[in-house]
Amino acid sequence: MLELFRFPGGVKPAAHKQESAGAAIVPAPLPELLVVPFRQSATGAAVIQASTGERVRKGQLIGAAEGAFGSSVHAPTSGAVIAIESRMLPHPSGLAAPCAVIEPDGAETWIERAPLDPFNTDPEIVRARIRDAGIVGLGGAVFPSHVKTRAPAAIDTLIINGAECEPWITCDDRLMRERTADIVCGAAILGRLMGAKRILVGVEDNKPEAAAALRAVIGGEGYCETGDMQAHFQVIGVPTLYPAGGEKQLIRVLTGIEIPYGKLGPEFGIQCFNVGTAHAVARAVLHGEPLIARIVTLAGNYARPGNFEVLIGTPMNALLALGAPRSDTDRIVMGGPMMGFALADTAVPVVKATNCLLAMSPQLFPPPPPELPCIRCGACTRACPMILQPHELYWYAKSKNFGKAQEYHLFDCIECGCCAYVCPSRIPLVDYYRFAKAEIRAREREKAAADTARERYEFRQFREERDQAEKAARLAARAAETQARLADENSAKIAAAQARSQAEAAAPREENA
Amino acid sequence: MRGSPHILQTVSVRLVMFKVLIALLPGIAAYVWFFGAAILVQIALASSAALAAEAAILRLRGKPVLLHLTDGSALVTAWLVALTFPPIAPWWLTVLGVLVAIVIAKHLYGGLGQNPFNPAMVAYCAMIVAYPQLMSQWPHVGQDALLPMLQAIFSGDRQIDALVMATPLDALRTILRNPEAHATVAGILGAHATFGNVGGYGWEWIAAGYLVGGLWLWQQRVITWHAPLAYLVTLAAIAAIFGIIDPQRFAGAEFHLFTGGAMLGAFFIATDPVSGCTTPLGKILFAAGAAALTWVIRNFGGYPDGMAFAILLMNLLAPLIDRYTQPKVFGHKRKPDA
Repeated sequence: MLELFRFPGGVKPAAHKQESAGAAIVPAPLPELLVVPFRQSATGAAVIQASTGERVRKGQLIGAAEGAFGSSVHAPTSGAVIAIESRMLPHPSGLAAPCAVIEPDGAETWIERAPLDPFNTDPEIVRARIRDAGIVGLGGAVFPSHVKTRAPAAIDTLIINGAECEPWITCDDRLMRERTADIVCGAAILGRLMGAKRILVGVEDNKPEAAAALRAVIGGEGYCETGDMQAHFQVIGVPTLYPAGGEKQLIRVLTGIEIPYGKLGPEFGIQCFNVGTAHAVARAVLHGEPLIARIVTLAGNYARPGNFEVLIGTPMNALLALGAPRSDTDRIVMGGPMMGFALADTAVPVVKATNCLLAMSPQLFPPPPPELPCIRCGACTRACPMILQPHELYWYAKSKNFGKAQEYHLFDCIECGCCAYVCPSRIPLVDYYRFAKAEIRAREREKAAADTARERYEFRQFREERDQAEKAARLAARAAETQARLADENSAKIAAAQARSQAEAAAPREENA
Repeated sequence: MRGSPHILQTVSVRLVMFKVLIALLPGIAAYVWFFGAAILVQIALASSAALAAEAAILRLRGKPVLLHLTDGSALVTAWLVALTFPPIAPWWLTVLGVLVAIVIAKHLYGGLGQNPFNPAMVAYCAMIVAYPQLMSQWPHVGQDALLPMLQAIFSGDRQIDALVMATPLDALRTILRNPEAHATVAGILGAHATFGNVGGYGWEWIAAGYLVGGLWLWQQRVITWHAPLAYLVTLAAIAAIFGIIDPQRFAGAEFHLFTGGAMLGAFFIATDPVSGCTTPLGKILFAAGAAALTWVIRNFGGYPDGMAFAILLMNLLAPLIDRYTQPKVFGHKRKPDA
């Protein structure tokens, strides 16, 4: 039995999983229009490969990965690209970015899908497949997965994150119960790519069915060729404590290793993927299907909460209609109640990061009572999983003393929300940290811009001075040359004159002689 | 608009303060048992004065009066003032003490959460400096009749000689410092009515009440163990060491723990989050320093009890202690303990 470790702090909010955990995954019907953003990864937008009016097939590449960190984008169904235009995305700032608007033809005509045998294929080809299938971290960070498989150091432990610690969300739970074999195969493929010696699947112990399903598949046979990885699998129930599903927290629980800010798992021989990502890897490698759909939980104030398999680009309003939000719904949050953000507008598409659409009502999620001053009670410090001093960070963020905030490790904050959750004064602490981080980043950008401008100005001055000096030197040289020539000419003239006068002086004598 | 998290635990400042008040009840019950109901009159007096002062100054400062008035913090301060003042203190002294606490120590520094000094301790120290005699008149052992004490509180002429006697700490100190008395600690403790089994008569049970209430606060996670444990252990250790070195001159650990404000200070004052330290190690250093100063002032200082002065002195140091006792942030430890 693996020894488990504790991470510091943490909170135990009501899980509210039962509302949707019993609902099996249902494919969402094909919407009338799909809006597929070209920016679907944390690292940047894909290069547009489709044009207006073009007919595309399901799974066809419409945005190509650019550079080593790029990620590609595919048509989620067959149909016609009717526009490529800027549309609003689900983003806290209401950002708009280029999207392909696809009108489905309803035929669902696939591209030619080419399965790979991952255990007898060059790892580089498998890695390229993961990249070309547009696979990004489906836990919410949407970082390109192929980049993570190219670890700079030897990977000892591959962690598959099935903790799903946010209340209300059950998409990973359902995926683990229903698509178990694909998750295990995907994990085995990732494990082989990185040469991992063991694969630990961490599942919070409030999801016993998911853990049992995984153990049954790993213990059984005939689901897929997992190479020699099967013996190294272990499914581990981790204590239910938010945020156990945070990458650093899960690594701590399973291995005892603490990964500090600015460092990544591979430096410690660990790499971590979400169960949804492992599933997508298996679909891409074993079935040749790019990432064009994901599981989304509809939970909260719905008449019909549930879990839906949704094509990327499905308009959220179409998806929300499936759950039938109750009439007193006042907000839709993308993500969970601890870290999700309220959508300014639901006329946005489902993206690869959309794990849950939480419908909120004043009754279900009562607005916070009025804020009081901080009494330094320390509830936040006891709850903080990063061992920060949230009340000090709050103090420095509020007084805009950003230097001090950084000294107190502001950027170690993972914005999990534990501090604000326990605060008896109901101070929106995480909002203060987000504000401070944004201000610091803005100032650093300004400083960088100012530095560039100053360097440019200084170089221009240097150049002008240099040019002037060179010009002066050139002029001086020419003047000297001219002077020298004049002097030469003068002396020649003088010599000639002298010669002439001598000759003249001599001639009369001759005449007189 | 407020960002994530979108859910909140239902703990409020009001609940925290309410629990502190509840935790004071066992000590207050013992107080009433030994010294009568006068302390309840003082608590009522202090509470009314505190609420009135709080409401008035909140209005002056343009703050939402009802919201802040009902946070319970003024009541906690009022109760602590009443419990640290003599129960037969004249009414105006209690009211003045509460005004100093609420108006000067709390609101002039910015109100709830902003005061660098514990308001109740500021009140105690200001009043004992200003009115040393009135602040030293404590009721006689077995004096629990309400009427004479009410007269002492409310009537202008205080015929109170029959009511008062020196507190245990005062008695011990006065006799020990009198070179003619040739007294020893053991002799004094045995000979005087003011002393009980381990501390002062009655006071030891009141201290036990505070201990029970304090342990409940810890169980309720309103306070952590750091400050109370550090305070009590440090005080006991210093007292025990000197009690062994020179038992004639220094009283032992149990006497110091169960007399004066030690137990109240350990669980209700040293744990004040606003004026104390917030890091785990900081809390320990803060309370240990307060305990050491308490013992020093008790044995060598000019005032009967040192707890209040010790707390104020450590309040001064709290920001510095916090600054140098920041815990290592997750992952910043030198070695992973894998």
